[in-house]
Amino acid sequence: MIQVIVNGSAHRLESPVNVRALLEKLEMAGKKVAVERNGEIVPKSLHREILVEDGDRLEIVVAVGGG
Amino acid sequence: MKDPLIVAGKSYGSRLLVGTGKYRDFAETRAAVEASGAEIVTVAIRRTNIGQNANEPSLLEALPPSKFTYLPNTAGCYSADDAVRTLRLARELLDGHDLVKLEVLGDPHTLYPNMPETLKAAAQLVKDGFKVMVYCSDDPIQAQMLEALGCVAVMPLASLIGSGMGILNPWNLQLVIDKLKIPVLVDAGVGTASDAAVAMELGCDGVLMNTAIAAAREPVRMAHAMKLAVEAGREAFLAGRMPKKLYSAAPSSPTQGTIATSGTIATSGTISSSRSKAA
Repeated sequence: MIQVIVNGSAHRLESPVNVRALLEKLEMAGKKVAVERNGEIVPKSLHREILVEDGDRLEIVVAVGGG
Repeated sequence: MKDPLIVAGKSYGSRLLVGTGKYRDFAETRAAVEASGAEIVTVAIRRTNIGQNANEPSLLEALPPSKFTYLPNTAGCYSADDAVRTLRLARELLDGHDLVKLEVLGDPHTLYPNMPETLKAAAQLVKDGFKVMVYCSDDPIQAQMLEALGCVAVMPLASLIGSGMGILNPWNLQLVIDKLKIPVLVDAGVGTASDAAVAMELGCDGVLMNTAIAAAREPVRMAHAMKLAVEAGREAFLAGRMPKKLYSAAPSSPTQGTIATSGTIATSGTISSSRSKAA
């Protein structure tokens, strides 16, 4: 069991997964989102390659209305 | 394209840029943006709501990035680091799109820009290859610093964000316009159409607004009013206004050939006697 922080909240995962799998788990696969892992951008092209590991801090963002 | 706004080498037909916040729903956002004629729309970057309705409509569907130029902002950022991270996420989100609106705030009550942090973030973003349009104070020296750093446009506030107080310091704005070669856009403070027209008459290259439209009783109608105001103000600026004269009235109609018998007030004696009585 590992624990990661996604958008400021703790999430438990069975084992390390790749970013794509995490997005699927969070029902965000296929959505227009951007991911940052431990302060670094994870490009879309690497979502299947980069693993989310214990203690990682992730930010998943979207575009919303703003001025 | 007649008299385009040119930002970072790209031409835009509209000099009005609009925000997409504070609308009732995406339908109203879309209708207001269309009525404004704006081609550049600002958007905010926020954390996804994990676990919320995964199928709810998104802003990107209401305003397709294929039809509008997105200008992701850093609203809510109070440090250079947060602003830079936010825009790196925006660039990833928008498939490499690099035109951005930098704003680093100094205070949640006034939303006044923190200029030292803004300058720091601007330097980093330019180095990272971003095309930076930057919300800033109306200080002409700091605006010049931002230009020297390589920003593609400066966007001084006319008055506080969301205040609708209009252009409080046209003199400073004029200095910024006169000193800089890159486009100067008023960002923040416009309350109604005349404010936008005044900004354009001063020689601003454009106006960015959100609340003035979104908080109007009829946002879509106000969006149209703003479109007309920006166009009218720009035309007036290009036409070159007449000089202001306090005195020395020059009538618009011929001074010869009137049927009037005298050019002076017939009752001038009465007026002077009443004045002496009052004194």
